[in-house]
Amino acid sequence: MTDKTPVITIKPPAKWEIIDFKELRDYRDLFFFLVWRDIKVLYAQTIMGFAWAILNPLIQIVIFSVIFGKVAKLDTDGIPYVLFSTVAIIPWAYMSEAMAKSSQSLVSGQSMLGKVYFPRLIFPITPVLAKLVDFSISLVLLLAVMLYYRITPTWNLLLLPFLVVLMMSVPAGIGFWLSALSIRFRDVKFAMPFVIRMLIYSAPILYSASSIPEGYRLLYSLNPIVAVIEGYRACLLGTEIPWEFILPGALVSIVLLISGAIYFRKMERVFVDVI
Amino acid sequence: MNKNNIAVNVENLSKVFRLGVKEQASENFAAALWAFVRSPVQNFRKYRSLYNFNDISLAEEEQGDDILWALKNVSFTVNEGEVVGIIGGNGAGKSTLLKILSRITPPTKGNITIQGRVSSLLEVGTGFHPELTGRENVYLNGTILGMRKKEVDQRFDEIVAFSGVEKFLDTPVKRYSSGMRVRLAFAVAAHLEPEVLIVDEVLAVGDAAFQQKCMEKMERVGKEGRTVLFVSHNMAAVSSLCDRVIWLRGGQKVMEGGAQDIVGKYLLDGTDTTAHREWNDPGSAPGGKVARLRAVRLISEQGAIAEHADIRDRIGLQMEYEVLQGGSVLLPNFRVQNDNGIVVFATLDQDQEWRQTPRPAGRYISTAWIPGNFLNEGTYFVNCNLLTRHPDVVQFREQEVVSFAVGGNMGPGTARGDWPGKLKGVVSPVLEWETIYNKE
Repeated sequence: MTDKTPVITIKPPAKWEIIDFKELRDYRDLFFFLVWRDIKVLYAQTIMGFAWAILNPLIQIVIFSVIFGKVAKLDTDGIPYVLFSTVAIIPWAYMSEAMAKSSQSLVSGQSMLGKVYFPRLIFPITPVLAKLVDFSISLVLLLAVMLYYRITPTWNLLLLPFLVVLMMSVPAGIGFWLSALSIRFRDVKFAMPFVIRMLIYSAPILYSASSIPEGYRLLYSLNPIVAVIEGYRACLLGTEIPWEFILPGALVSIVLLISGAIYFRKMERVFVDVI
Repeated sequence: MNKNNIAVNVENLSKVFRLGVKEQASENFAAALWAFVRSPVQNFRKYRSLYNFNDISLAEEEQGDDILWALKNVSFTVNEGEVVGIIGGNGAGKSTLLKILSRITPPTKGNITIQGRVSSLLEVGTGFHPELTGRENVYLNGTILGMRKKEVDQRFDEIVAFSGVEKFLDTPVKRYSSGMRVRLAFAVAAHLEPEVLIVDEVLAVGDAAFQQKCMEKMERVGKEGRTVLFVSHNMAAVSSLCDRVIWLRGGQKVMEGGAQDIVGKYLLDGTDTTAHREWNDPGSAPGGKVARLRAVRLISEQGAIAEHADIRDRIGLQMEYEVLQGGSVLLPNFRVQNDNGIVVFATLDQDQEWRQTPRPAGRYISTAWIPGNFLNEGTYFVNCNLLTRHPDVVQFREQEVVSFAVGGNMGPGTARGDWPGKLKGVVSPVLEWETIYNKE
């Protein structure tokens, strides 16, 4: 028990509320156990266990390398296709899975939502953190491919922490928006698989961003996924850092994150009433 | 802790729900087709409107079609260390009140101040995951309920001992029996130590022995000086655990006061001590295709309807029912409760012949006789039920359908005799006494 007894006031909600970071911090233990639950439950009762975190992207890489690298022979700025797609698919796999999980987090957690109080933002944030474990495991695959092609690390690698944060903010921002929306309109659940399929083509995962015509580059750069993927490529392969993609993308993802959090907080007060 | 400090202060609390989601039936095929085409637009408006609470600044008297005042101007205070019960029928607003107090849903109007940390138990085992082990679930559930990991660490051994599932701590919960799961979940909940605890009916879990354990734990929590708000339908539990009771009806406070007093009044409410009830319209009578209840009466030995009985009189509990679809063995039965909600007894049809024989369609009257000098003075409520056997299916189950009062008597042949005070106890039998006198 704390020495000072806290006083809790419950009032009709104000129109706009900002995020209560102190409260979120008070619940860090809960964060930990929810993340732990997500990780542990994901591969429960599987033979392969965490190996799936490697197998999944591996299979995708093989398929894409055969179809787009060998059959369609896409231009990859001279990088071997396997390497080219591996550095993109691994962050993409993280973002797409975290995005899908995060946007369904409220609907799938609705039994808890109606029974106990804790900061609601925990719901969409948990998958964003939990999926990082898969991501870290799949880095082994990335490392293996890079060793095979004898890639020597460059100073670009210093960009990695920034890219990880950027990579997390994309599914978080989208997750805030879509989880709040999906409580209201369950259509989100049905639209999600197909949105994700669209996104994989909208970002330079299978092809190179340099194949986008000059005139459309600015518009293209507004997609934060482009920033993440192109950033990872430059960071890991040591090519020139494409700031023209990273900066607009980072800006958009910040806007997405903040607006998402505000929208989420605004809607949060009626979640339970409309489930 | 100071008993006079206010722990929970609720002022003019109101909560509005927008029902909004109404389905419209189309009259013909063309209309149905049109409705189908238009439905995305309609649905969008409908689901969006659920979020639009701006117009709720409306007058309190406003009664829209789609507006429901789940709570209306409810005010009360709870002192530190007090155990307060909240009672009321279905739709009285109890659950809404608890949800607002636990911050699950915000109020529309009014405000609440709570001194200290709050934990609410609206169900046991929130967030339990079948794939996780018992140990992991204790931690997960504990933190969900608002404990820190450190606090769970400290109480871990106690929690495990209370639940009695030590051996299976590292087994996934999906392999547990449902009883074990409930015990573990309740054990976590029972070891929460907030200043204010909000509990909703969670005692109705587990077997009888475990329920007893839970009740004792609850009682101890109350004695430790913690503030408890307790919602229940179990009047016996409410009157034994709570210091004070708040009675809600239709979202408004009816009255509050001492537990025994309010519980007694609540149970009497709306039943106006009718000792006789009849259903003249067979369509709306309780029951279904097989049988329907037509009347329940309390009768004296002479067969007259009796609302009051002398403590020495035999009383007949009588049900009249119609069997619409013959061929099943029936088992009529009664249950009698006193005004504390305690079940005094339950009784099954004793007619051995009828208990073996499938009954043909037709009307039946079954009467159970309560002997004189058995029930103590007080008010009693009768639940009237009918089962079909093999398999056992409930045909109707009418709660507190009739009630009657047993009056005291100081005459000869009663348990009291010339003793002026009312005797304690649920029953008041005249027992055989023997006195041995020894001169030494």
